[in-house]
Amino acid sequence: MCGIVGLYYKNPELESSLGTMLSDMLIQMTDRGPDSAGVAIYHDAVSTKQVKITLQGLDDVDWKQVQGRIAEQYTQNISISPLANHAVIVMDVDSQEEADQFASWVGSDLDEVNVTSVGSAIEIYKEKGLPDQVVDKFDLRTMRGTHALGHTRMATESAVTTEHSHPFSTGLDLCLVHNGSLSNHNQLREKLQKKGIRFQTDNDSEVAAGYLTWRLSEGATLDEALEAAIKDLDGFYTFAIGTKNGFAVLRDPIACKPAVLAETDDWVAMSSEFRAIAQLPNSKNARIWEPEPARIYSWERS
Amino acid sequence: MEFDLQDAGVRELNQALHADTAANAQFSVLHPGGKHNVATGAIHESTVDIQGHVGYYCAGMNQNATINVQGNAGPGLAENMMSGRVEVQGNASQYCGATAHGGLLIVHGDAAARCGISMKGVDIVIGGSIGHMSAFMAQSGRLVICGDAGDSLGDSIYEAQIFLRGSAASLGTDCVEKEMTEQHQKELAALLQQAGLDYDAASFRRYGSARQLYNFNIDNVSAY
Repeated sequence: MCGIVGLYYKNPELESSLGTMLSDMLIQMTDRGPDSAGVAIYHDAVSTKQVKITLQGLDDVDWKQVQGRIAEQYTQNISISPLANHAVIVMDVDSQEEADQFASWVGSDLDEVNVTSVGSAIEIYKEKGLPDQVVDKFDLRTMRGTHALGHTRMATESAVTTEHSHPFSTGLDLCLVHNGSLSNHNQLREKLQKKGIRFQTDNDSEVAAGYLTWRLSEGATLDEALEAAIKDLDGFYTFAIGTKNGFAVLRDPIACKPAVLAETDDWVAMSSEFRAIAQLPNSKNARIWEPEPARIYSWERS
Repeated sequence: MEFDLQDAGVRELNQALHADTAANAQFSVLHPGGKHNVATGAIHESTVDIQGHVGYYCAGMNQNATINVQGNAGPGLAENMMSGRVEVQGNASQYCGATAHGGLLIVHGDAAARCGISMKGVDIVIGGSIGHMSAFMAQSGRLVICGDAGDSLGDSIYEAQIFLRGSAASLGTDCVEKEMTEQHQKELAALLQQAGLDYDAASFRRYGSARQLYNFNIDNVSAY
């Protein structure tokens, strides 16, 4: 069992409250997932000539030292903003390949850190422990943004480590949180690795994120990628998916994992259970419904 | 008696419902906020008015009590209900009325997948539509759907009866349409009236078991 939450603001005036609202939702899902928690938050998009990368280090990681290692290797303008054992890097890049190269260099050469997200707006913070501890550790309540996803994990399929925590991102600004279990993830991981998708863990949900990344890289829209996922992913899932400008929800055709959607003029929220949505202002007047099996629900900002 | 679940625990409410003092008492439940197990295991002829949305397993194992939810209900509503009346003004999530033995369950909105799964004597009336695999292995009782039904309605059904006003995406294995006699119409009209729904019983079709799966038959091996 796991808990998932998502919040997408339609009204930009609310953006300063995103971190607080998402934290309240996440904490409500504590008893669905006390092992670890994580959030993906979309805010402060960098320019087209820059890339934003979230790094996750060991608890005693020395960010000064990491910065030094990066400076030895890369000469362009790089800013690094540590937040506990995570740090957000913004670097100038001339091309997407350069950003990819940097991410893979970090993955292979810097033993003490992992890359959790790459893109222009996304940042991912995740950690073992109870949701309220994770909220405090990263000061999530103070974060502003356009949309965010969160996950509370009760592991059934792979180890309880920070690396195995959700959200998973395997492509630019794309991330996914999952409640359920996939049964064909090993086969699919091998297939995707041959197509150049990189994975950091043996987790099934990371394969779902990788699958969407692959479809999107082939030119599919998010809706088309999810349509294909219904055919190719075998198992149980409720997914919430974030892209730079969009938010989507999908349940498998059997739909035994719970999900609730709610929408007002100001926001769209999804959660495993209503009690997370009940925390939101004006939830009393929201349109509330259970997403149908195998039907894609998506919202996108133009 | 009033229970505000912002202050009081669900357990406190449920223990009050189990106590002898609950007989013929009226309970009002404020701010349920999607909490689990609200008003489960009631045993007396009490009335419980829940003013908001509830989470998992509301009104589970209910006996005798009349429970009204002024909102939506999460998964497992009135699971294994024995008797009494449970009424939800909004929608219900999956497997509402599962294994319920008796009483009347009314959902004025839609019910999700697996509604009435393995029902054993309860009457379920859904004002809206229901999801897939509803009335799976339903043994006895009646499931009335005023809207449409999802895939595999009544799969492997035993002797429960299904009354459907709209259409089913598909019927499950061994579930067939059956004749709607005057007697059936009369009984259905009485049930609709009990549920407070104003539909003409003649606008429903009746479905039930073809009884082809009761005994092992090698010709049916692919259906088992």
